[in-house]
Amino acid sequence: MAIKQQRLILKYADQPGYTNNIECYIKYGGYEQLKKAFKMKPEDICKEVIDSGVRGRGGAGFPAGMKWKFLDRKSGKPIYLICNADESEPGTFKDRQIIHKDPHQLIEGMLCAAYAIGAKLAFIYIRGEFFEGYKILEKAIEEARSRGFLGDKILGSDYSCDIIVHRGAGAYICGEETGLIESLEGKRANPRIKPPYFPAALGLYQCPTIVNNVETLCDVKHIIEMGGKAFSKIGTPGNTGTRIWCVSGHVKNPGYYEFPCAAITLGQLIYDVCGGLLPGRKLKAVIPGGSSSKILRADERFEGKLKDGTSFDWGIEDIPMDFDSLAAVGSMSGSGGVIIMDDTTDMVEALANINYFYAHESCGQCTPCREGVPWMKKITTRMCNGGAREEDIGLLTDIADQIAGRTICAFGEAASWPVQSFVSKFKDEFVAKAKEQSLLREKGEVSNQKPTLI
Amino acid sequence: MDLKETTIAKIDQLVPRYPNKRSAALPLCHLIQEDIGYLSNESIEWIANRLDLEPINISEIVTFYPMLRTKAPGRYQVRVCRTLSCALAGAYKTCKQFEDAFDCEVGSTSPDGLVTLEYVECHADCGNAPVVMIGEKEYTGVKEDVTRDLIDKIKNKTIEIG
Ligand SMILES: Cc1cc2nc3c(=O)[nH]c(=O)nc-3n(C[C@H](O)[C@H](O)[C@H](O)COP(=O)(O)O)c2cc1C
Ligand code: SF4
Ligand code: FES
Repeated sequence: MAIKQQRLILKYADQPGYTNNIECYIKYGGYEQLKKAFKMKPEDICKEVIDSGVRGRGGAGFPAGMKWKFLDRKSGKPIYLICNADESEPGTFKDRQIIHKDPHQLIEGMLCAAYAIGAKLAFIYIRGEFFEGYKILEKAIEEARSRGFLGDKILGSDYSCDIIVHRGAGAYICGEETGLIESLEGKRANPRIKPPYFPAALGLYQCPTIVNNVETLCDVKHIIEMGGKAFSKIGTPGNTGTRIWCVSGHVKNPGYYEFPCAAITLGQLIYDVCGGLLPGRKLKAVIPGGSSSKILRADERFEGKLKDGTSFDWGIEDIPMDFDSLAAVGSMSGSGGVIIMDDTTDMVEALANINYFYAHESCGQCTPCREGVPWMKKITTRMCNGGAREEDIGLLTDIADQIAGRTICAFGEAASWPVQSFVSKFKDEFVAKAKEQSLLREKGEVSNQKPTLI
Repeated sequence: MDLKETTIAKIDQLVPRYPNKRSAALPLCHLIQEDIGYLSNESIEWIANRLDLEPINISEIVTFYPMLRTKAPGRYQVRVCRTLSCALAGAYKTCKQFEDAFDCEVGSTSPDGLVTLEYVECHADCGNAPVVMIGEKEYTGVKEDVTRDLIDKIKNKTIEIG
């Protein structure tokens, strides 16, 4: 039987009759938390966010309260808030749901956050391909403005704040916060080096800036509603609140499903929530947190110790869906994009597909990334095209090892982790492919067809 | 340059909203591309001029962002997402169907100028894979039958493009 979702962020989104216009939002209690926030002191809201323990939903899982605390409030420069709605990590499609179905929740969350950090101008950086989402947000912002929730002297207070929706134009690296900031400044999205360019100190226009993901900013609204302590009771200590898991790939019912952190296991997500695999198929592998996260093999045993010292011994289906458990098994919950692969999947092709993505998206600033990632793509594409060699396997890992940790931004890791994990966990398949193809080549039966990367 | 009045109005409204004019560079590229179809050298100079920048400042973003074009596409721009979740759902087959139907290889425009066929990367709708954008409209679950239907609609020019 399907396990019932426990929705917080998407509570109303798919309810029949719920629309994305402001009347509907207000009917369901919308903008009440903004009024509540205005009765609080900004520093008290920050305190609630710290107490809530909420961790960023954009990928890195950094505690939002702590990030806000790092904000340089003494510089005398304006402070900016940026909502990261670039949603471009392959496998992730949760921010789209919020933007399309409940844009006012995001706007209310952003205004609460902007008030708390003292920002008078906020941006929503939305990926360029979200044509419809952009229109929905523009309309929602005008609605909010006409009702006095946004703009000058909000709700009769002394506080003014505007939101600008800014469209990207198809580059994944704009999701990386400093790349995003460069892009927002009207330049190429070349990430900046940290330190010194931590956005909380030197962000947009060299001013203190907070960048948070869409889902994180929606959480802020709920933290104000229920209080940080109550929010921290959802999920487990260190893994608080709900998460929207985006499931794609080989399951019967792909889609987005919201649960408190650690409320379900990966097995429950696949079999009870998503209806399991297609008839006659077996689970082969799972990428649990967007394509950058390290792949998990279906027949692996995961043993070790959690942060709190308790030891675990899990099969893939036993892994609780939360930040720390997925980190403990050597991967990450990342952006919540869970990609399921069954036994029909050719792992070399799957990696070649991923490598194609990263080679296309490198911004080109750092030599290891600019040269190494396309090189890895070239190798895996050739391996899908009849040219696999046994030495490719070691070469791939060598290249990946020389990228990770040697670049300006975490894209270097994002592009290396898939290679390192696929090659180490499915080495047998890479070797088999190389052997098979070298035999074919010896016989002169080289296939020269255009490779399909699945 | 012949821009629509509505485009000029949007530009005039947008530029002063940013604390720094240069931030309006990408939005202006979008607006002009939407108006004229692509970004010519003349457009690039026009944007630079409007924002008190050098043309190179605009050129360098036009060449960086995949959605910005320097050439007019075919009548319909068909963009097939080929990233992993879509690929697992058959996106490469979908693309092949388009290639065969319009006699054009992905990455090019059909000889009759009807279709520009491109691969794109994950469009953040992986739960409804395969995903195809035609113009500004997104189509989901584009497997064999749906693809055939889209192809027919493109051929008789009744396809919705957003
Ligand atoms: C290569 C790369 C791509 C990223 N893409 C996104 C993205 O699409 N959306 C997002 O919210 N964060 C993305 N991030 C994470 C952001 O840099 C940043 O940490 C995040 O927006 C902070 O918000 P949070 O703390 O609320 O998660 C990406 C990071 C890297 C390194
Ligand atoms: S790691 Fe890659 S994407 Fe990141 S700054 Fe360097 S070249 Fe650009
Ligand atoms: S992989 Fe195609 S929409 Fe995500």
